[in-house]
Amino acid sequence: MSGKDWPLFEVFVRSRAGLSHKHVGSLHAADPAMALEHARDIYTRRSEGVSIWVVESGAVTASDPSDKEMLFDRAQDKTYRHPTFYNVPDEVENL
Amino acid sequence: MTAASGGDLFEYLLRLGDTSLVLGHRLSEWCGQGPALEEDLALANIALDLIGQARLLLEYAGKVEGQGRSEDDLAYLRDGRDYRNLLLVEQPNGHYGDTIARQFLYDAFAVELWGELTRSGDVQLAAIAAKAVKEHEYHWRHSSGWLIRLGDGTEESHAKMQASLDRLWTYTGEMFADDDVEQAIQRTGVGPDVATLAPRWNTRIDPVLSEATLTRPVASWMQRGGKEGRHGEHLGHMLAEMQSVHRAHPGAKW
Repeated sequence: MSGKDWPLFEVFVRSRAGLSHKHVGSLHAADPAMALEHARDIYTRRSEGVSIWVVESGAVTASDPSDKEMLFDRAQDKTYRHPTFYNVPDEVENL
Repeated sequence: MTAASGGDLFEYLLRLGDTSLVLGHRLSEWCGQGPALEEDLALANIALDLIGQARLLLEYAGKVEGQGRSEDDLAYLRDGRDYRNLLLVEQPNGHYGDTIARQFLYDAFAVELWGELTRSGDVQLAAIAAKAVKEHEYHWRHSSGWLIRLGDGTEESHAKMQASLDRLWTYTGEMFADDDVEQAIQRTGVGPDVATLAPRWNTRIDPVLSEATLTRPVASWMQRGGKEGRHGEHLGHMLAEMQSVHRAHPGAKW
């Protein structure tokens, strides 16, 4: 391949109706249409999905790993925010 | 069931099955050598679709023939002269533009043909077509997208793409030329009149060619013979490689 690589895209797949799209990986493609086709070929070969999103990786704004403590530690001592005090009926699969 | 004689139906199923098998094998030759990892996988996927179709078609052909030949017997133990695939699909992979041109010209035909076959009076063939047509629609999207990218790409990719089209054009006439077998198939409601697919093929490819800034080659002499078993020099080499393991280890299983 030449030095000019295709841009990177992040791939999100909805595994079935009612669930959210989940990040499954990334791939290279020349444009969004090609990224969708590649995503279909690479990530849904075994009936993993019913819908695909692709987003150019450059469009993702990510949190800085060094901010981890500032952003996330304060949630640890607030257990009442976790819904662990409820009994979840068996029929509810995707809470 | 169908009123077509077993012989005609057998011949017709070989034409369909061999075309899928030979093109599927050609595409599998790209495995590990695609221009990009993602594209390598895309071609392997298309190859697997085609080989899957070939398995169904050849298995059915073996049943129709009634001499106990399995799909493997038909795929691995026939010589080139017994193959009934279109000449177009046996053409070598060449560079990526050659492969895309071959795929583009065939996919536009396959989408139309297999769409018609979903309405086949032969229930088994109609069921195979229901699966195949969805696959061909995707293949068409893939190959036409690439034709546009390469045709309307750089000066070099444009020139190469045009040369690929010009070179393969002579093999496109065979798709729409019928003979006794296909007339019988048409009479008995098993398959379409292939001549009627030509204008639909044109309608499909012309706008894509113009979007790709490519010139439609001018028809001159059209090659024929693949459907009757008269092939070019390349098929024998391909089959020798494809069949070598089976011939070295007859009946081997894993």
